[in-house]
Amino acid sequence: MTVLNKSLNQKHREPLTDTQFLMTITICIFVVMYLLAMLLLGGGFLRAQQIFDLLNDNAPLIIVACGLTVVMIGGGIDISVGGVTSLVVMSCVLYLNNSGNLFVSMLLALGIGLAFGVVHGLLVSYLEIQPFIVTLAGMFFARGMTTILSVNPQKLAHEGANALRATKIEIPWLGYVSPKNNALIPARLELGVLVALLCVIVIFLLLKYTRLGRNFYALGGNQQSALMLGINVKRTRFTTYLISGLLSGIAGFIFMMHTGAGNATNAAGAEMNAIASSIIGGTLLTGGVGNVIGTFFGTLTLTTIKKIVVASGLKDPWWQSITTGAMLMFFIVLQSIVLSRRGKKKSPRNIKG
Amino acid sequence: MSTVKKLAKKTNGLSAMIIPLIALGLLIIFNLIRDPGFFSVETKLNNSGDMVLAGNLISIINGASELAILAMGMTLVTAACGGQDISVGAAAAIAGSVFVRIIRGASVVTGGTVVLAFLACCVVAMIFGAFNGTLVSVFKIQPMIATLILYTCGRSIAYWINGGATPTISSPITGAIGSFIPGLPIPTPVIIVAVMFILFSLAFRFTTLGLYTQTVGINQSAARLNGINTTLIKLLSFIILGICVSVAGCIGVCRLQLINHETLLLDIEMDTILAVAIGGNSLGGGKFKIGGSIIGAYVIQMLTITLYAMKVASTDVKAYKAIVIVILVVIGSPVVKRWFAKVMANIRTSRQQRAAVKEGA
Repeated sequence: MTVLNKSLNQKHREPLTDTQFLMTITICIFVVMYLLAMLLLGGGFLRAQQIFDLLNDNAPLIIVACGLTVVMIGGGIDISVGGVTSLVVMSCVLYLNNSGNLFVSMLLALGIGLAFGVVHGLLVSYLEIQPFIVTLAGMFFARGMTTILSVNPQKLAHEGANALRATKIEIPWLGYVSPKNNALIPARLELGVLVALLCVIVIFLLLKYTRLGRNFYALGGNQQSALMLGINVKRTRFTTYLISGLLSGIAGFIFMMHTGAGNATNAAGAEMNAIASSIIGGTLLTGGVGNVIGTFFGTLTLTTIKKIVVASGLKDPWWQSITTGAMLMFFIVLQSIVLSRRGKKKSPRNIKG
Repeated sequence: MSTVKKLAKKTNGLSAMIIPLIALGLLIIFNLIRDPGFFSVETKLNNSGDMVLAGNLISIINGASELAILAMGMTLVTAACGGQDISVGAAAAIAGSVFVRIIRGASVVTGGTVVLAFLACCVVAMIFGAFNGTLVSVFKIQPMIATLILYTCGRSIAYWINGGATPTISSPITGAIGSFIPGLPIPTPVIIVAVMFILFSLAFRFTTLGLYTQTVGINQSAARLNGINTTLIKLLSFIILGICVSVAGCIGVCRLQLINHETLLLDIEMDTILAVAIGGNSLGGGKFKIGGSIIGAYVIQMLTITLYAMKVASTDVKAYKAIVIVILVVIGSPVVKRWFAKVMANIRTSRQQRAAVKEGA
């Protein structure tokens, strides 16, 4: 009887999966960190605009990190995302400045992203080349093409695009009263953020509820088993790179909408920031574990810590990256410990332990 | 039949090296066609009045020195851990900063000071290597993720060591390390590469380092069951990479006679990993050939110099480099290799059949 009860109890309390567990930790840490910043630092952190700014500035990073999460769940890596973003920004700005059409420029952004995705996917999945090298070449190519297009920064001078840039969602009741002239400044949200949130939701649904999404996890978890289950491994892997490329294209367009200028150093280091965001969000580079909601909060955590460092008076430029490094280390070691403990609990006699 | 098998075995051993060698050969032929005098080596007087070797060939071999040294260490890490260290550039900036700080701290720069400074930066680089190594071997974190930490904050630590300045050093000794030793026509960095290569070869020849590293890379569980301390081997590979990093960092500093923590060996981590891959080593670990990685480093440098000679702007070089890399890896990819082998086998069988038909007739 007791045995039966025990087994019943166990059935009711299903343990969190690795993905959910790591994601929960990240979300908790983000919330605690932000609350502490509100309590101890006050100032800007008390305004809703602070969160909106966080989203406005990092919408492209969120989109790129989502694509990278998909690739990482599939067991690959894509370090070309920053380069592709920068190439998309530069080519869209140049095209629009040469009296281009706004709609066509969107297609151009998607097209460039897709082209990179297709080439990476073909080389990685059908020619079985190491993804790191392929996407490294992709990054080199994209960065080089950006400087070939223009070494000098190009300012966006297209009326329609600038009008779209100026369009912001204003939420008066979340705004604050300016101390200077007592005027109400509404909270502003850029349209790019909506696109970013849409991307997060679509990718989340894709990963959770579609056959393709589950195949990504199967592929990243164990390629051999995925093959045995009758999954078309090559096509699935190809799709992950396709999604990543497409999202890089979208991110490039959003980046242009945010900054309004093309620059050879645009999105510099975005690939490493995106990888860091995914890791903080609980994605494992080994594949098979991860979630875009976690990635979303990972991006916010990564960027919030930088703001907190600046707000707390450590204005010297090295503090930001040193604290980022320390935080990364904390998350990485935490994940490693958590996963190894859980692994031991599940299979005590596992040799790999 | 057995001879065929033996031949196949031999070519299998060589096939790891064949891609970098073909690439090197193609680049040389291309350059010779483009400009027959491209590789001519001449002697000329340098600023200090010594006869030294000069020319494109020398600048290629000289310029690839840091890359070659880092590629040696990276090969070992790749083989043992099946992952790469992406923090070598940042770690080299830290090592270079320590080097500069100690040399500037001394009132008179003697040979002893330089040796002391080098040893100090070696120790610092080894500590950072051990940090990465501990994360990888003890905490079982993927190398790329573990080294992402130092990649993120390494250059800031370097900035902090010298208080944010970009100090210069002016000493004939460090100058000699960066360019030429008076009386020797060969650039000093080239000699250092040769010394490092000999040291590595001796280590592989007289210790079990190479064998153990391969074993751990091929099958970690099997290696541990055979009594190899896998944690130690992985840690050791990172510490050895630390030594390579400090040597490369010192050469980089001595070349320019100043430390700029932002630009010292910038983006070299990507080139290093590329050199390892072009050298025919699997990035997934296991068997490795250090010679291949060194040739890979020279291939990359020759490609860069060729592009410069063709008047490609330094910012645009990356795009052309990418195309060449893709061509190289496509040729070296397993699918293309298999396809090529099948085609060759078909040709051989059809020829045999034809010969048989002829004999029959």
